[in-house]
Amino acid sequence: MSDEEDDIILSELDDEELVQQMFDDLYDGLKEEIEEAVNILLERKWEPYRILTEALVGGMTIVGKDFRDGILFVPEVLLAANAMKGGMFILKPLLAETGAPRVGKMVIGTVKGDIHDIGKNLVSMMMEGAGFEVVDLGINNPVENYLEALETEKPDILGMSALLTTTMPYMKVVIDTLVEQGKRDDYVVLVGGAPLNEEFGKAIGADAYCRDAAVAVETAKDFMSRKHNQGATG
Amino acid sequence: MTNALSQMLESRDWILADGATGTNLFNMGLESGDAPEMWNDKHPDRIQKLYSMAVNAGSDLFLTNSFGGNAARLKLHGAEKRANELSRISAEIGRDVADKAGRKVIVAGSVGPTGEIMAPLGALTHALAVEIFHEQAEGLKDGGADVLWLETISAPEEYKAAAEAFKLADMPWCGTMSFDTAGRTMMGLTSAEMVSMVEKLDHPPLAFGANCGVGASDLLRTVLSFAAQGTERPIIAKGNAGIPKYVDGHIHYDGNPDLMADYACLARDAGATIIGGCCGTMPEHLEKMHEALHTRPRGERPALDEIASKLGAFSSAADGTGDDEAAPRRTRRRRG
Repeated sequence: MSDEEDDIILSELDDEELVQQMFDDLYDGLKEEIEEAVNILLERKWEPYRILTEALVGGMTIVGKDFRDGILFVPEVLLAANAMKGGMFILKPLLAETGAPRVGKMVIGTVKGDIHDIGKNLVSMMMEGAGFEVVDLGINNPVENYLEALETEKPDILGMSALLTTTMPYMKVVIDTLVEQGKRDDYVVLVGGAPLNEEFGKAIGADAYCRDAAVAVETAKDFMSRKHNQGATG
Repeated sequence: MTNALSQMLESRDWILADGATGTNLFNMGLESGDAPEMWNDKHPDRIQKLYSMAVNAGSDLFLTNSFGGNAARLKLHGAEKRANELSRISAEIGRDVADKAGRKVIVAGSVGPTGEIMAPLGALTHALAVEIFHEQAEGLKDGGADVLWLETISAPEEYKAAAEAFKLADMPWCGTMSFDTAGRTMMGLTSAEMVSMVEKLDHPPLAFGANCGVGASDLLRTVLSFAAQGTERPIIAKGNAGIPKYVDGHIHYDGNPDLMADYACLARDAGATIIGGCCGTMPEHLEKMHEALHTRPRGERPALDEIASKLGAFSSAADGTGDDEAAPRRTRRRRG
């Protein structure tokens, strides 16, 4: 860009401009700028939850849409998520202190035999970017790992990922075990991974197949709002 | 440098590669989650059968059962120290099958991705990636592979690291990437960008191209775009046999043998020289592909709508190589 664009002094921007600038900085993956802006908003007495939802989640929503639409790709999203993480690191203890509402909680991992965790990591980051609490089981999870984590973490959502033809059937093993133990309906089960499709997701008994990390976030939000509605009426 | 594949490329105007490894091994009893490479040692008879099925179906070239045979991948199964050994055995079995085929058949030593993100975004350094690929390359070379065959790569950095490793092993190679995200690789590389990357390599591949991804139509769009860059380097097309479906407890790909026969001829018309399948491609698909390439005449370079009408719709409207690409939504301001 041109030199005439002088350094922007974040603290000199008014709130609205600053939030817009944070959208840009998240898009460009500028971690230090995001951290600085979060601290400025805290000094201006913004509630931590408001910073999370209006600035960080707002900015990551734009990143997610452009990722979904094939305008941004994995490298840019990783940088954006990293910048988001910088902001979240500051906000996390404050959110707990202030008793901010919980968006939702997810346990996620790649299934047994699959070490391809790039997609899974993206989903984790984007889910955190949307305000979810994510418990990441990492790679190569046998059914026992999922069961144990569901027991201890009590999440709303179980996410499973597989990238290989040789590992995708294992998702069904996990779901079948949940059914056998009568726990299937306690969780929303989302599956993803390159070789999968919607039909596959349905055939193995998942609630939804998520084509990419942005769709995973939208789907998770959708299920959470349905859950809240049920809670309100029931 | 002359070798079995470059000689074949000089004398033939199409070469039939093989089909799926994982799908076929499942049918022989591989359990979901297990490493196929372990069978090189435990069930060499089944690996021999896997290779023979491709050869008997008419393949001129087949890939060894070593896709996940690098240390980064085998680590998951506690076998990271066996990368060289398991790769070597996969090639030894292949050498034996090829030498008994009664005609010239190329043994291509399969090398898949590490599964890790390279630095600076991820933790895998260039030096370590080269070391991992080099170790596997030496095993495949010792086992008698004619060429090395890098496949399903999404990051240009990883492709370059493999090229460097194959130079250290002093082996000719081929390398394909997987274009599965709006016509680009997962890391955002377009087909045009791959061509320019390949041509800049110090130890370039004998042939390059695309494998796996999302269905045969997308793969051919990628091949057309490779050809449009004006490259003289032979192009590889190894597409999936349709889209995976879950039927009666196992994975089934919906592309039937006749569709794959059309795909093979369209791939040749689009500019590919080495043509094969990927996930879901069984011997019966290969037989039809072989027959079609043999008997049908070459055609004009197909248009996109012809590909879509014969093989199915594309997964995305564009592939990142046109003029009307969507620009980033936010103007990027630079500071400081």
